Amino acid sequence: MSTLLEVKNLKKYFKTPGGMLHAVDDVSFSINRGETLGVVGESGCGKSTLGRTVIHLLPKTSGQIIFDGEDISDVDDHKLKELRRDMQMIFQDPFSSLNPRMSISQIISEPLKIYHVCKNSKELDSRVTALMETVGLALRFRDAYPHELDGGRRQRVGIARALALDPKFIVCDEPVSALDVSIQAQILNLMQDLQKERGLTFIFITHDLSVVKHISDNISVMYLGNMVEKSPKKELFDNPLHPYTKALLSAIPQASIHRKKERILLEGEITSPINPKPGCRFAARCIYAQDRCREAAPPLEEMAPGHFCACYRAKELAQG
Amino acid sequence: MSDKLLEIKNLSIHYFADKTVFKAVNGVNLSLERGQTVGLVGETGAGKTTTALGVMGLIPSPPGKVVSGEILFEGKDLLKMSASEMRKVRGKKISMIFQDPMTALNPVLTVGDQITEVIKLHEKCSSLEAAAKAKEMLEMVGIPAERFSEYPHQFSGGMKQRVVISIALACRPEVIIADEPTTALDVTIQAQVLELMTKLKKEIQTSMILITHDLGVVAEICDKVAIMYAGEIIEFGDLEAIYDNTAHPYTIRLFGAIPDLEKDVDRLEPIMGLMPDPSNLAPGCRFCPRCANRMPICETTPPPEVEVTPGHMVKCHLYKEGGLA
Repeated sequence: MSTLLEVKNLKKYFKTPGGMLHAVDDVSFSINRGETLGVVGESGCGKSTLGRTVIHLLPKTSGQIIFDGEDISDVDDHKLKELRRDMQMIFQDPFSSLNPRMSISQIISEPLKIYHVCKNSKELDSRVTALMETVGLALRFRDAYPHELDGGRRQRVGIARALALDPKFIVCDEPVSALDVSIQAQILNLMQDLQKERGLTFIFITHDLSVVKHISDNISVMYLGNMVEKSPKKELFDNPLHPYTKALLSAIPQASIHRKKERILLEGEITSPINPKPGCRFAARCIYAQDRCREAAPPLEEMAPGHFCACYRAKELAQG
Repeated sequence: MSDKLLEIKNLSIHYFADKTVFKAVNGVNLSLERGQTVGLVGETGAGKTTTALGVMGLIPSPPGKVVSGEILFEGKDLLKMSASEMRKVRGKKISMIFQDPMTALNPVLTVGDQITEVIKLHEKCSSLEAAAKAKEMLEMVGIPAERFSEYPHQFSGGMKQRVVISIALACRPEVIIADEPTTALDVTIQAQVLELMTKLKKEIQTSMILITHDLGVVAEICDKVAIMYAGEIIEFGDLEAIYDNTAHPYTIRLFGAIPDLEKDVDRLEPIMGLMPDPSNLAPGCRFCPRCANRMPICETTPPPEVEVTPGHMVKCHLYKEGGLA
């Protein structure tokens, strides 16, 4: 399969009164066409910033982004507008990502109008109708306003808007986190169906490991701006290598009373990403940390085919 | 021990707006024994929080009103208590941990002052003694006492929730109602907070009603589970009954909708349709429009509560006393 998106050494720093905030620090990855890369991590680990920087919603600090064989690291506004046809985003909060003063059909048709896709209003109408049908929205909501819809339907509107221009690539930033489980399952199924039908490529950002496992082909785990582990999903869940990934996996409460597992309780909380110390970002909470971990950050190395991990001791720990 | 500490009987709470009545809670029966943790599970709008606010006597009125029912605590009906009697119970005997630690704390008071406030209200002690106790509480939830004079914004989310917990526990209440205490937290922090709550519960011998939508959290810390749908408890039982001998179609579908970490499934099985509108509830079973097993009787007659196995209650026409109908 061919690579659709390749990101090399991407950095995004924010200037804050306290110093430089390293939101995304030297992250590299690539995604094949038609696949889903799940990005997991806790709040503040830089996963949303990563998603936004990749599609130029935030200007990057440095690094290279190659999309569809073309270097799009530095593009002007004109080129960016063209790119947006192919790169879209689905936002986390279906309550604040829809304009409350626009009706559903206006929201969905806006991208079509901006890009003059339709010749006349009749064509526009039929496109909106088709999109609403695609995402499973009843046509009676055409003229409804976002406040009249529940969370699941609102998220469907967000998805229809993202699909309007027939993009190749969509960044989904916690698209189901605000929804109840029964509705969450509806939306996840919809997204999988759309991916199959249209060959879409997703970056799926979430903090929910069971969701990411369900929907992704590959998963990368982020901690404080760094990608600490990246692997095909099965391998990650069967054989996690990074101490943080292990703790994260063990912390998920499972809806079963038979699977009591050894829980690794992490001490303390995520440290500040402002002017981070050299060395591994996770060292302060890691029970295996040694002096070398605090001196220089471990590189992301391939430990098994396709399985990357940034930890000096991963190999040694894996062998027990 | 099987003495009932808190017993909710046939509780109905409705919200009255202009011409519509929102039936948030409809005939809920729930009892809590000493030392037990009962999980109250349901999706948004199921009436979980309204039930909790009802017990606390905190239903905003108007528009809310307790239409019927009794809430017996240590033999006395909380609903018949005067406002001042209720104030003596609230925070002292029954206290609540709120969902969102970011908004549950007063941003302009130090966390120390906020813990001290509860102690001063309910216990006869000097300000100094109260402050000393508050510091003890902070240490107990794992926050260094030196942070007594700091403001909420100086704490992280997990730390704020610890402060909220220490306020709720300050007077060593008999019952804690925890409303989604870990929903706003990250998983690793959630694991810490759950561990802490379990430990403290043992230490101070409290009973707890844990409100959540997360069946994983329930499996970890609850003894009994009540599944709520459209203002009713549709299934109740101990962990084994609910997780292994799931009876109600809604509960079964709820488990099916959660992506499983251990199993690989290509597609999830969502529950079709939406939660019913509480201002326009169906006359029969509330889950009937979304139910795959519906029968003609479901549309017209609300199912009675039946005990399928001892202690396992279900509200569904598929069952009768002692098993399948």
